[in-house]
Amino acid sequence: MRMMKGKLLTQRGALALAAAWGLMLSGCGGVNSSLNSVGPQAARIEKLWWLMFYVCSAVFVLVMIALFVSVIRARQDTATRVEIPATDEPELKPEPERERRMTRVVVGATAVTVLIIFVFLVASFFTGRAISSPLYAPQNVLTIEVTGHQWWWEVRYDDATPSRMFTTANEIHVPVGQPVLLQMTSRDVIHSFWAPNIHGKKDLIPGKSSTLYIEVDHPGMYRGQCAEFCGHQHANMGFYIIAESPEDFNRWRDSQAQPAVSPVTDSQKRGQQVFLTSTCVMCHTIRGTLAAATEAPDLTHFASRQTFAAGTLPNTRGHLAGWVVDSQSIKPGNHMPPNSLESDDLMALLDYLENLK
Amino acid sequence: MREKTRRKGRVDAGKNRRGDAATRGRGEEERSYLVLSPRPRVPVSPRPFLICVIASVLLLSCTRERREFRQAPPGARTETLSQSDLHPGGYIPAVQTKNPAEENAPALSEGKRLYEWYNCSGCHSHGGGGIGPALMDNKWIYGSDPANVYETIVEGRPNGMPSFRGKIPDYQVWEIAGYVRSLSGLVRRDVAPVRDDHMRATEAPAETTPEHPKGTGVPKSAERPQ
Repeated sequence: MRMMKGKLLTQRGALALAAAWGLMLSGCGGVNSSLNSVGPQAARIEKLWWLMFYVCSAVFVLVMIALFVSVIRARQDTATRVEIPATDEPELKPEPERERRMTRVVVGATAVTVLIIFVFLVASFFTGRAISSPLYAPQNVLTIEVTGHQWWWEVRYDDATPSRMFTTANEIHVPVGQPVLLQMTSRDVIHSFWAPNIHGKKDLIPGKSSTLYIEVDHPGMYRGQCAEFCGHQHANMGFYIIAESPEDFNRWRDSQAQPAVSPVTDSQKRGQQVFLTSTCVMCHTIRGTLAAATEAPDLTHFASRQTFAAGTLPNTRGHLAGWVVDSQSIKPGNHMPPNSLESDDLMALLDYLENLK
Repeated sequence: MREKTRRKGRVDAGKNRRGDAATRGRGEEERSYLVLSPRPRVPVSPRPFLICVIASVLLLSCTRERREFRQAPPGARTETLSQSDLHPGGYIPAVQTKNPAEENAPALSEGKRLYEWYNCSGCHSHGGGGIGPALMDNKWIYGSDPANVYETIVEGRPNGMPSFRGKIPDYQVWEIAGYVRSLSGLVRRDVAPVRDDHMRATEAPAETTPEHPKGTGVPKSAERPQ
């Protein structure tokens, strides 16, 4: 009976262990995973990760085996030991043969440990050097300025022609296969730029410019996240890197460089008036209108973005209405004040914002 | 029970009255703890207990100041102070309005952020003045009460101060007004924001005639409108 209970318990324990292992493994893949690399920099990081994983796993297994062997041996010793009467002084018998053997084992293990750490050191040094420069095409680098704000990302595309420079927010479009230089800084506190599928983390420090070379080889939408605690809404400070073919990217870039489309319908015209005469205009920019404040995301092509509030909400009419009226219930502590608009005004404003393709 | 033991202790002490000094001493010692309680053999000092009580009383003061994120329920349009008439000169409102933001440190530091964001610093600098009058001195053209500052922001003033009616939410105007008053030390010191990268007055300057260099007096913008 007792034995059966013990058996049951171990069975349950094994089950729990397996479940925990499965849960842990489920984190290894898909979104926000550095084990699912889509660019050369991330591929280097992933290789280093696997090297460390295999070596450390082997070391862990060997250490566990050694531990079990020593425990079992000690048990056998006590089982066969003859009872020695207790005396005040422990009996010391020198065993030179055994001591020599133990010294050899300890020295050998230490040497192997030092060697492994040295291999890791060299591997991580070369990985670090490789990922901090454009890997394949040092010329033809696209420069994007990223500025961290509490709690969103300002993205600015540089160009030799000033009229082709533009600012957007929270979504970074990049052409596939072209190295991109991110020049990053912060407006308030320290943030950290982290898109695990594409690169490692890089801190954004106020008053200092940090650079990061990225490259994406597969088209797709990859999520990134602020990785340095920066206040109330640190968790909701996400962004997306959207990799598309060079043609698509150029088309997107040309459309973004244009000023905002003019309102067409009466409702949209009224919405624009609401925007320009209420609190919105104090912080947001819509190029082509009088709104030109830079404290909050640029809304010139707001409707072309798939999410808003730094990846917090999908860009739909309902979510937008909730956000405009009372953003504090969605993202408490964010810097957008509540807007008590008449329902007609709100609907007009939504019509206007939804038209900003 | 306790009474009984105490009496017994007295009896013991009485027995030893005629004994030698050492015996008598032990008897008294025995009585002292017997009085406290029949069981423990160690005298209990009241000090740790007192310290615990004081500490727990002190802990009561450790509540954190609340920061409200949702200032007003959506849909409720409230303007706590609305005076449409312009009153140039030292206008004093009939009722002294209390600014709730001035009792709350997070609200005042929000006011400080908004002062930058809404570009008050564009004209008033960080209190030192420039295009607009200085805010860190004790000269108030339109009054220094919270209500006066609120009205200056909402209604605007002649000679350049624009009206921010409808552009800045009501609660934020109060926060900015609180911060502006803190620039010249009119707000309690433990509430006013302290970490500054720029010049700042900590207390209201004393009523003295400032020594102006020749040729430059009070800036034109800070003069009373005639």
